[in-house]
Amino acid sequence: MSIRERLSGNEATAIAMKQINPDVVAAFPITPSTEIPQYFSTFVANGDVDTEFVAVESEHSAMSATIGASAAGGRAMTATSANGLSLMWEMIYIASSLRLPIVMALVNRAVSGPLNIHNDHSDAMGVRDAGWIMLFSENNQEAYDNMLMAHRIAEHKDVLLPVMVCQDGFITSHSIENIELENDEDVKKFVGEYKPQHYLLNADEPIAVGPLDLQGYLFEHKAQQADAMRAAKNVIKEVSADFEKWTGRKYDFFEEYKLSDAEVAIVCMNSTAGTTKAVVDDLREKGVKAGLLKVRMYRPFPAEEIAEALSHLKAVAVLDKSDSLNAAGGALFEDVTSAMYVNERYVPMVNYVYGIGGRDTTEKQLESVFLDLVEIAQVQNVDNPYRYLGLRKGEN
Amino acid sequence: MNNLIEIRWHGRGGQGAKTASLLLADAAFNTGKYIQGFPEYGPERMGAPITAYNRISDKPITIHSNIYEPDYVVVVDDTLLASVPVTAGLKKEGAIVINTTKSAEELKELLKGYEGAVYAIDARKVSEEALGKYFPNTPMLAAIVKVSGIMSDEALLEDMKNSFKHKFAKKPEVIEGNMKALELALKEVRKI
Repeated sequence: MSIRERLSGNEATAIAMKQINPDVVAAFPITPSTEIPQYFSTFVANGDVDTEFVAVESEHSAMSATIGASAAGGRAMTATSANGLSLMWEMIYIASSLRLPIVMALVNRAVSGPLNIHNDHSDAMGVRDAGWIMLFSENNQEAYDNMLMAHRIAEHKDVLLPVMVCQDGFITSHSIENIELENDEDVKKFVGEYKPQHYLLNADEPIAVGPLDLQGYLFEHKAQQADAMRAAKNVIKEVSADFEKWTGRKYDFFEEYKLSDAEVAIVCMNSTAGTTKAVVDDLREKGVKAGLLKVRMYRPFPAEEIAEALSHLKAVAVLDKSDSLNAAGGALFEDVTSAMYVNERYVPMVNYVYGIGGRDTTEKQLESVFLDLVEIAQVQNVDNPYRYLGLRKGEN
Repeated sequence: MNNLIEIRWHGRGGQGAKTASLLLADAAFNTGKYIQGFPEYGPERMGAPITAYNRISDKPITIHSNIYEPDYVVVVDDTLLASVPVTAGLKKEGAIVINTTKSAEELKELLKGYEGAVYAIDARKVSEEALGKYFPNTPMLAAIVKVSGIMSDEALLEDMKNSFKHKFAKKPEVIEGNMKALELALKEVRKI
C-alpha cells in the first residue's frame, strides 16, 4: 500500500536513498542537488541508516570514494549537478569502465560559464557517451521510482554499469508536489541485497582493479562495455515490469502520451514532458492531433523502438535542453534522427534548443511548436531544422 | 471552486513568502488536493523582490512552468506595488490580496486599472498584536485562504496547529502567537 505524501524532488531522492540504505555515500554539496546529501547526512546522524557517509572535499573525490567503495564490494551512491559533474569527469569514465554498479542522482543544471545555477541538460549531455545508464525523470515521483529501480539494473550480472538518475534542477528538485511512497520493508525486498561477484575485500579471491590496459585488450574491454549497455535494455524492461507489478506504476524505455493516433508530436525529456502533456490535452480539444514521446531511458538509447513509435507521424519536433554548439543539431535530435535513418523511417523533423540556463518553458512556447509542426505536416518540408524556442528575438 | 487554482506570491527576501506558499501547499494537500509549491529561485538576498507559486487541483498536475495567468495574487509587501507588475496576467475573475494600510484610492492608482477584486489586510498590525513581532507571512496565508476559499477557516486552523507543532518543535512558545495571527487575519482581511 503506497503512502500519500508531498515532497520535493530532492526530498524524494533522499528518501529513496534512505530506504535503499547503501553501504557508502560520498558527496560534496552543489546547487541544486545539495539537499540530497544534506537530508541524507541527517538520516545518518539520526541512525535511520547505517551508511558510511563520506563528506569529501570535492566532487572528484566524491566519485573516487564511491568508486573505491564499490570496488571494495559495497553498494555506493552519490549526488551532484553541473560543475560538480564536470569535476568528476575523469572518474565518471573510470566508474563505468571498471564495471562498478554505482548509482548517482544528477540534478540537472547548466554547466558554467557564465555561471548559472538553473536547469538545463548540458551537464547530462556532457557525459552521454561515458558508459553510464541514464534515466530521466519528469517529476518527483519518477525521480523516486527510477532511484528504487537503479540498483537492480546496475547490479544485474548482464549489466554491471553505473546508473545516473536525472531530474530537472529547481523545477522538480525544489518543487513540493504529491507523491506516492512505498514502505521501507517493500523497498528493501524489491531492491534486494547486493552480492558482488568479484570485489577487492574478498580475501579468497585477490584481484586487481583498474590495471594498465594497452593495445592488446582495451578495445575488447570497451566492446564488453558496449555489450553490457545493449544487454541493459532487457534488464531495464524486466526490472520496470517487476516494479509495475509491485507499485502499479508503469515505466518503459519511453512514455507515449496520446501518440498512437497523433499526427504531430514532441520528443523531450524531464519536466518539460509534463507541461507538454497539458498542451497536448488542450490542443486535442481544439482538434489538433498532438502527441508526446517522453524519453525515460536515454542511455542505452532505444533507437529501434523510438523509430517505430514515431514512424506514423506527419511531423516531429525534438526538444534539446542543451545546445551542442556544433552548427548542427542538439544531442537528442541527432540520436532520434539517426535512429530514424538507420531504421529506414522518414518523418520531417525539426530541432528546438530550449530552456537554456533555466529559461522558463511555457505552455505557450510548446503550443507554438505544435503549430509549427502542423504547418510542416502540410507542406512536408522543413526550411530550417535547427531552431530556438524561447530565445529573445534580436539578441542571438 | 475551479479545478485548477493558480496563485502567485510577491514578497521580499526574509518575509517568508516562500514559506507561506509551502505552508499553503501543505494545508491544501492535507484536504486531499493535488498541489505544487515552488519559489522562483534567484540571487536570494534579504529585501530583494521574490516570487513564489502554488497550483492546487482536484486532479494530478503535470505543468512545470511558472504561473503567468494566476487566479490570485498575494502581495506580502506593498512597497512592491510601485516596482513589480504584480497584476500581470491576473484574471479579472480572480483577486489580489495585499498587506497594506493604504487607502482604496492609493491602491487603485498603484494597481493600474486591475478590474478584479482587491482585498487588503494590515498584516503588520495583526502580527505585532499576535506575535509581538513583524512576520507578515502567517497573516497573509490566512488571508489568501479566506479570499480563495481553498478550504474552510476551521480546516486551515486545525491543519496549521499540527504544522506549527512540527515546525516549531524547538520553540513551542511561538505556536500560540502564530495561531492567534491566523485567527485575527481571517477576521481582518477585507474587500475594498
